[in-house]
Amino acid sequence: MQPIISITNLSKVYGTGLKALTDINLDIAKGEIFALLGPNGAGKTTLISIVCGIVTASEGRILADGHDITKDYRAARSLIGLVPQELTTDAFETVWATTSFSRGLFGLKPDPAHIERVLRDLSLWDKKDSRIMTLSGGMKRRVLIAKALSHEPKILFLDEPTAGVDVALRQDMWRLVRGLRAKGVTIILTTHYIDEAEEMADRVGVIRKGEIILVEDKVELMRKLGKKQLTLQLDAPLGQVPSALAAHHLELSGDGRELVYTYDTKGDAGLTVLLADLAAADIRFRDLHTSQSSLEDIFVDLVKERA
Amino acid sequence: MNWFAVRSIYGFEMARFWRTALQSIVAPVIATSLYFVVFGAAIGSRVASVEGVSYGAFIVPGLIMLSLLTQSIANASFGIYFPRFAGTIYEILSAPVSPLEIVLGYAGAAASKSILIGLIILATSALFVPLRIEHPVFMVVFLLLTAVTFSLFGFLIGLWADGFEKLQLVPLLVVTPLTFLGGSFYSIEMLPPFWRVVSLANPVVYLISGFRWAFFGRSDVSVGVSFGMAFLFLALCLAGVTWIFRTGYRLKS
Repeated sequence: MQPIISITNLSKVYGTGLKALTDINLDIAKGEIFALLGPNGAGKTTLISIVCGIVTASEGRILADGHDITKDYRAARSLIGLVPQELTTDAFETVWATTSFSRGLFGLKPDPAHIERVLRDLSLWDKKDSRIMTLSGGMKRRVLIAKALSHEPKILFLDEPTAGVDVALRQDMWRLVRGLRAKGVTIILTTHYIDEAEEMADRVGVIRKGEIILVEDKVELMRKLGKKQLTLQLDAPLGQVPSALAAHHLELSGDGRELVYTYDTKGDAGLTVLLADLAAADIRFRDLHTSQSSLEDIFVDLVKERA
Repeated sequence: MNWFAVRSIYGFEMARFWRTALQSIVAPVIATSLYFVVFGAAIGSRVASVEGVSYGAFIVPGLIMLSLLTQSIANASFGIYFPRFAGTIYEILSAPVSPLEIVLGYAGAAASKSILIGLIILATSALFVPLRIEHPVFMVVFLLLTAVTFSLFGFLIGLWADGFEKLQLVPLLVVTPLTFLGGSFYSIEMLPPFWRVVSLANPVVYLISGFRWAFFGRSDVSVGVSFGMAFLFLALCLAGVTWIFRTGYRLKS
């Protein structure tokens, strides 16, 4: 299947000499939710800005649904909606006026019914005649989303969409994003909240110092790089891990009452062997629980590894 | 051509004009009235006529031109500078619009506003002095040409400025003095020969002279030269705007 966004050998060096992106190659599949993760200054916003036409690339080529974003910018940009990271709004305008303006800017004829639908979906309808300067930060964020959706984009970039918003709004946004995906919109989001990517994304890309260091299906990534831990609460405390169990690399807690076994998530047969070895060594336990590393743990490990 | 985008930018800018109607419309009307009270009563009573035109009527083209220049520059420069300052320029840059469409929207709205104000000043003037327009078509052409040219010039200032101070720098320190010294309130024929020659280096002289010719059929310099200078300045502004959009100067990093 042809990707809806195809980035080839993209590099960006700013006038100051700062190398923001180095030889980026990335394909985004139609209809997916792609999360781009990376520490501050990694190049996430530069990458998005180049695709959207705000920043000029130094090298490379980007196609949006087959349209070159430089040579065929009209067709390419018509497909793309952007919700920027900063709350940049026309403070003195009303919600209705600024949203309608965005639709016109993207070359679409006025459609009050569509604007109303968007504002209602974002719980902004009762604020439609309010000046943006009178709205809260969360409401302003909704206005930016409404502006991006006013021209019915097929590709939506969300740059830190839930930064600084409350839990309820975050949940609303997640719902909205899922709804958009169900309608066939491709979504690329950057976020600092790894749990957000874990919750929403189909695929995850990690960018560090201007280089894409990993692109992987989220479930596959967690299976490959994720770890599980089995914690056994012992009936009787141990002074040290018995030598018969040395092969399992167990960790004993300070008080000798817990044994921790770490294994990967690829379906480890060692667990069965461990339980058999525990029984053979006559080590009894009264409770057990397992935990799995989150995407956040994997992300931190990845970024640390490459540092 | 993305006409919906042009219409959106134009409509958005004009909406701001109407929203600040008190400042946009009432202020120039009051200022014009004050010019008539001060210049008309204080000086006009001592100057019977200039080149056969009553002094009060003589200053009308200069007053309109003064407002036209300052309003065109102020509206266009603020129109494009404010989105840059507020950060909302991201939307213009990421939209499927060409540089020409952006300029048409912003400079078109700025020119419309200044022409509207020019016409309001003309109507206000008619309340104070008897007016005649000998060449109405040329008057309209000059009005349009000057408004468009200086709106483009204002657009350039709005792109060049990186702070509100710079935004005011050229209009206050260059354009206003040149307009006052460009024969708004006098004929350069009234100056000593040396200053008359110096005045010819002031581009605004040609605009005011040509505009005054459209009203009264009299000019300080030939009408053809006035039109030539107006078109030259228009070409320079167009070249500047084209260069900015080609290079992305102050717009894209």
